[in-house]
Amino acid sequence: MQIQVTVNGKTRKSEVEDRTLLVHYLRDQLHLTGTHVGCDTSSCGACTVHVDGVAVKSCTLLAAQADGCAVTTIEGMAIQDSPTTSQLHPLQEGFKECHGLQCGFCTPGMIMTAADLLKHNPNPSEAEIREALEGNICRCTGYHNIVKAIQWAATHSTKPEPNQQEEPVVADEHLFTNDVTTGEVVETH
Amino acid sequence: MHNQVIGKPISRVDGRAKVTGKAKYAAEFTAPDLLHGVVVSSTITKGRITHIDTGDALALDGVVKVFTHQNRPKLAWFDMSYKDLDAPPGSPFRPLHNDRIKYNGQPVALVVAETFEQARYAASLVKIEYAQEPHETDLQHHLDTARKPASGLASLLKPPPPKARGNFDKAFTEAPVQLSTGYVHGFEHHNPMELFSSTVVYGKDGKLTIYDKTQGAPNSQFYVSQVFNIPFRDVRVVSPYVGGGFGSGLRPQYQLFLAVMAARELKQSVRVSLTRQQMFTFGHRPATVQHIDLGAQPDGTLDALRHAATAETSRFEDYIEVVVNWSGALYKAPNAQFDYNVVPLDQYTPLDMRAPGGVTGMSAIECAMDELSYKLGMDPLELRLKNYTEEDPNEKRPFSSKQLRACYQQAAERFGWTKRSPEPRSMREGHTLIGWGMATGVWDANQLPARAEAVLTVNGKLRVSSATADIGTGTYTIMTQIAADTLGLPLEDVLFRLGDTDMPLAPFQGGSLTAGTVGSAVKIVCEDLGKELLKLARKMPNSPFAKAKFDDVFFVEKQMRLKADPSVRIDLQTLVDQNGGRAIRTTATSMTNSLKQGKYTRYAHSAVFVEVQVDEDLGTVKVTRAVTAVAAGRILNPKTARSQIIGGMVWGISKALEEETVMDHRYGRFMNHNLAEYHVPVCADIHELDVLFVEEHDDVVNPLGVKGVGEIGIVGMPAAIANAIFHATGKRVHELPITLDKLM
Repeated sequence: MQIQVTVNGKTRKSEVEDRTLLVHYLRDQLHLTGTHVGCDTSSCGACTVHVDGVAVKSCTLLAAQADGCAVTTIEGMAIQDSPTTSQLHPLQEGFKECHGLQCGFCTPGMIMTAADLLKHNPNPSEAEIREALEGNICRCTGYHNIVKAIQWAATHSTKPEPNQQEEPVVADEHLFTNDVTTGEVVETH
Repeated sequence: MHNQVIGKPISRVDGRAKVTGKAKYAAEFTAPDLLHGVVVSSTITKGRITHIDTGDALALDGVVKVFTHQNRPKLAWFDMSYKDLDAPPGSPFRPLHNDRIKYNGQPVALVVAETFEQARYAASLVKIEYAQEPHETDLQHHLDTARKPASGLASLLKPPPPKARGNFDKAFTEAPVQLSTGYVHGFEHHNPMELFSSTVVYGKDGKLTIYDKTQGAPNSQFYVSQVFNIPFRDVRVVSPYVGGGFGSGLRPQYQLFLAVMAARELKQSVRVSLTRQQMFTFGHRPATVQHIDLGAQPDGTLDALRHAATAETSRFEDYIEVVVNWSGALYKAPNAQFDYNVVPLDQYTPLDMRAPGGVTGMSAIECAMDELSYKLGMDPLELRLKNYTEEDPNEKRPFSSKQLRACYQQAAERFGWTKRSPEPRSMREGHTLIGWGMATGVWDANQLPARAEAVLTVNGKLRVSSATADIGTGTYTIMTQIAADTLGLPLEDVLFRLGDTDMPLAPFQGGSLTAGTVGSAVKIVCEDLGKELLKLARKMPNSPFAKAKFDDVFFVEKQMRLKADPSVRIDLQTLVDQNGGRAIRTTATSMTNSLKQGKYTRYAHSAVFVEVQVDEDLGTVKVTRAVTAVAAGRILNPKTARSQIIGGMVWGISKALEEETVMDHRYGRFMNHNLAEYHVPVCADIHELDVLFVEEHDDVVNPLGVKGVGEIGIVGMPAAIANAIFHATGKRVHELPITLDKLM
């Protein structure tokens, strides 16, 4: 079947199987692999994305159910200031600075869940943060720094000044890239 | 003296990649025309496959092939070829080898299709018939078959139980205060958040690039090369990011075998990812039964100590861990006996899981010491100090460093231990029982040889690489710090890369040894690069460095300077220009100083103090407060190290209260094989956790003086929690985890 989904601000028309889960559509067809699969059973929260502004576990939703919706993934969280520079979302800065991550596998889901929390409760208490993350498991950090990262983001929710958070100059690109840019994706806008 | 970044709380250099979704794990690399494989698992525990019907699966659109033992390619014949670098003694499991079923959940078929959805559906249509045979999976019902494990190369890092000392039987019989106790621990599965996956990219020339979830890319390369008879140069394993390991990635798992087999047969790229349920179908922390006898004087002096452990293993390999040695090294008891045995059962071979054996054995001895303290009417901390030893009684040699006494003192003070009322059930608040408990942690500080490469690039930046792993520990960051400090460069001018078999060889990431092992290689290779730079400086016309030796110079602010006169300096960039504008490259190996290290016992230590609240009516337990003081040599980065310890403490809470894979022995199958029923702590389970580092100077463990912090955080926690629960409730629970039903 054909679906039309606005993903991170871009409208995509795609052919998907009826049984394709939203997470596999994002990962396999759109190559947005920042959304991770940790369980298939809605237990771990690694696959959390926003659908029409609400945090959902994308392993429990069919791609077809997102037809006509706006989806935001971790790749869409940074603020694109200009064609060449982007600034991290305060939650991304918070997780980075407060060491709210180790292996990084649960991180995108944690950030997406936390973003939903901060939208409804801009200044959550520690207890409220801990309750709100009930559906996200982290096996590395012991959670303390994740709570701190979200508290940090809550107090830095204004957009940082441009150039203040410049990317450090590194000797080389830190990532191994093996991106395939072809696929069945049709961009209409 | 010119250290700038070692010891500083530097934020992770991989942080940005991980918060933006750009960090790629094994299942996230792709290739044109990638095929997807889904594994079919056996539903019986022991027996034979009598019939496989793949007709319905193959009839589906998009299904390319179903691999089973009947149509798999011919592969290496000898067991030896299937032994990875971490294989215990025995005959390794071979996926799709023949019709025999050795354990429940064993892979019996791989369905390969054009899309994941097609493969998954087709896998559900593969019909398998079995002839079942009776199985044995219950350790406690087969303790009578316990035997000594086979020994092998593994005993180099995992020593057998220490020799008996003195006369235990006599000393125990004559001891005025005696304690005999036992502890039972269940199965546990590592459950890193990332599912085991391998993406095998099939090159035009048949060469393979494999993105694998592993704690050691070289181990996966070795295994694939041996099993499939492919030269090393034709197999490249890449693993830049690993979504947690905790030991599960120390051995190649069966998805690697299956993905490589399929890619080679189909001459096309293939990805195989396991499901969360299938994450319970390979190595695990073994179930154990332990027995401890302690004989003491009324003043607490231990005369006699016996520690015996029995663990399960598979029918095909003898998994070994060090369980009983720790108690003998921690307390000086002059009469002691140790025993360690295994019971082969119809299960997969156990596998090292965070502080393997250490957290098991220390949980038992530290609970036993707590029991003894109540028998003696003595403070538990005082009992530890009474039997404190400055020398390792197992090996009769000194410790390379041991600041455990300072750990006890500092953690006790931070916790407020002196305010404890010794009587159990004496600290209640309404219906809430409050308990305080403490315990000790010990873990190895091993070093292995490793290699690294350093390049000063044409633009004066430093690149260092080594085929180690970062399973979330912070390796990228601390290696960048070490390299930056050694050559006096700012962090942003240094790039450290890992997880690629094209890089110089390093051991897998495990046993808390990466910081000391790879860190030493990085330090040495950067020093060697510095020596090359000095050579270039000396060759320059009228060089002020003409007579300088390496010890006469230091590196700071992108310059090499003379120690005697720091105003004599030269930019590293100038030296690159001096080299004809070419990059300067060195490779080095860090060896271990076995002669020196062999004279010492090298351990990290910790002291843990815990407060629990137990609901008197419901039996629910909350760990409201915990303090851990850690002596682990030099701390390279307090930010990453502290997070390691806190993560370890939460693993301790998990082991003490939540984590256990429960088996239905009628079927030989794990029942709670998902993250809904396999309980691990979530955010709201965790309360106040405090970490203190007691720094140690140790020039024996390795050139950096670091002991590693990946595992010491978990070791003391479960016993401290169990002891606090006894203090709160007066109930001594001898089985972990302490779930509420055991307190009702």
